[in-house]
Amino acid sequence: MASDMSPQTMFEKIWRAHEVAPETAESPAILYVDLHLTHEVTSPQAFAQLAARGRAVRRPDRTLATLDHAVPTDTAQVFGGVPIRLESAARQIGELEKNARAHGFELLGLGDARRGIVHVIGPELGVTQPGMTIVCGDSHTSTHGAFGTLAFGIGTTEVAHVFATQCLLQRKPKTLAIAVEGALAAGVGAKDLVLAVIGRIGVAGGARQAIEYRGSTIRALSMEERMTVCNMSIEAGARAGMIAPDAVTFDYLRGRPRVPAGADFDSAVERWRAVAGDAGAAFDREIVFDAATIEPMISYGTNPGMVMPIGAAIPAGDGSDAQALRYMGLEAGEALLGRAVQVVFIGSCTNARLSDLRAAAAVLRGRQVARGVRALVVPGSQQVKRAAEAEGLHRVFLDAGAEWRESGCSMCVGINGDVAAAGEYVVSTSNRNFEGRQGQGVRTLLASPVTAAAAAVTGRVTDPREFVR
Amino acid sequence: MEPVRLIRSRTVVLPEADIDTDQIFPARFLTTTQGGGFADMLFADWRFGADGRPRPEFALNRPEAAGCQVLVAGPNFGCGSSREHAPWALRDFGFRAVISTSIADIFFSNALKNGLVPARIDATSHAWLVANPGAEVEVDLEAGCVRLPDGREAPFAIDPFARHCLLNGVDELGYLLSRLPAIEAWERR
Repeated sequence: MASDMSPQTMFEKIWRAHEVAPETAESPAILYVDLHLTHEVTSPQAFAQLAARGRAVRRPDRTLATLDHAVPTDTAQVFGGVPIRLESAARQIGELEKNARAHGFELLGLGDARRGIVHVIGPELGVTQPGMTIVCGDSHTSTHGAFGTLAFGIGTTEVAHVFATQCLLQRKPKTLAIAVEGALAAGVGAKDLVLAVIGRIGVAGGARQAIEYRGSTIRALSMEERMTVCNMSIEAGARAGMIAPDAVTFDYLRGRPRVPAGADFDSAVERWRAVAGDAGAAFDREIVFDAATIEPMISYGTNPGMVMPIGAAIPAGDGSDAQALRYMGLEAGEALLGRAVQVVFIGSCTNARLSDLRAAAAVLRGRQVARGVRALVVPGSQQVKRAAEAEGLHRVFLDAGAEWRESGCSMCVGINGDVAAAGEYVVSTSNRNFEGRQGQGVRTLLASPVTAAAAAVTGRVTDPREFVR
Repeated sequence: MEPVRLIRSRTVVLPEADIDTDQIFPARFLTTTQGGGFADMLFADWRFGADGRPRPEFALNRPEAAGCQVLVAGPNFGCGSSREHAPWALRDFGFRAVISTSIADIFFSNALKNGLVPARIDATSHAWLVANPGAEVEVDLEAGCVRLPDGREAPFAIDPFARHCLLNGVDELGYLLSRLPAIEAWERR
């Protein structure tokens, strides 16, 4: 076929390489799943569906489970010193432990040194590798796209489909290229970049599309920064976000526990190189951003598209914005800079990797969390926690008066009891500022780790460039 | 699953744009291993005040909302989290169709798997529905259209395969399981 000869995007290559059956007018494609990540919150009903059909997990070797969403971040509860306070969470954890035993797949349990947020541990262990298809019952699965994978979130019924068959029925999304060119200014990071992108294309701007981020700015990002960018693709409504693998990717993967070593690594790299899209491959849509125009960003509303440069005045927007501003206790035209905040949350699959903690610690080192502010630092995984402690970052946080927790989703989703109080403003490095996301009536201001740390020090929304040279 | 063919009902309207799944089903209820019984959790923070009492002004709490099976919502309905608890709760409450100009991808897919018809229709028809809450409409899956009270038809696109599953009350897993020989062959290649 002529179309096979034409240059292909990375998305197209990965899609085609996983088609058990291509889509037709009548039926969706049967897409093979290389890696199925699972956690305690969106899996119990999938196991029930499986049991109702009398099926087992078909490929336990392609299934990896962790505990992250509902787990406590309090050390005594995690390591069994005291019972888990939230009984329903304890039940979900027990359920996944039981299902892992029954079906024979690997679970990184509560006391496991490799446990962590599902989108942090996949890359960390090296199970996330270029060219793969990866799914999980979690919308931030797009994170893994940073490695040149096709990775997306699915619902619980689809989780059951993958358990039973290792496949999904899927319609092919369209492709969107987002090119970012130039250098980011000091104090501006990957989080600001992706918030600026979402602010421009909107929370539905990526709907029914797979995004490929490209351009010199993206190439210059570390893997952890690339993960931050791909992570938030779903906040633009996209099916997936991806970045072509390159030397940065291969360097990150070299030596990881589940990555091949020696000559096998070299041949893996050869395969991985071929994952990148062909020169001249056409996208359904292309958008270009100038990195130099991006400033530290902060959200002012109740979805991640309602963002602005930190020094800006809140825009008036449309009717929905008015409701959002009422919830937020803010008014169009006023500034956010200088507004008092009560909580700072540094964590989540968006911004709780070692480089995020280093960036926050650089601001907090030798300083104090402002009086009246509660600051939580929740590492993305137990490995991140240990690596941070090896560098003494925990001392920086603790000396400043911040809380240093065990890993988990924590206040990003507020399932486990880590929530703020109604009416409080939280500067948060997480991904969603939806109403009630961090507790009923809580007002979330999304920002980067340095912006969050700066707010912790001053007790107010603060331009991080005052702290970052 | 029971087959879905024609839904005839009055509508409830939530005109806000970008209603996310955290509103539809707040995260604090996610620590459940149950597969149903979620009606009381639907839009919990919009339906109930801090004291737990229903907010009488909220559309779902008004007497005329009782028994309505069709929800008309603003654009980009169901954005955010992949939680299937959102369509489960909508179904448990009694909804069988959601109409909007756009519906977020994961929610759309989850809805189809639970007998909740996600209908994306044109902006003009949608604007009329938003302006006329309580209108008696038909969501005709077989014809692929929403029928307004004056007989106007607003077509909506739905994947032929998903439509087949809904019309016949069969689930996708049965089909996938029937393709296991092809999947095994693909793995061996």
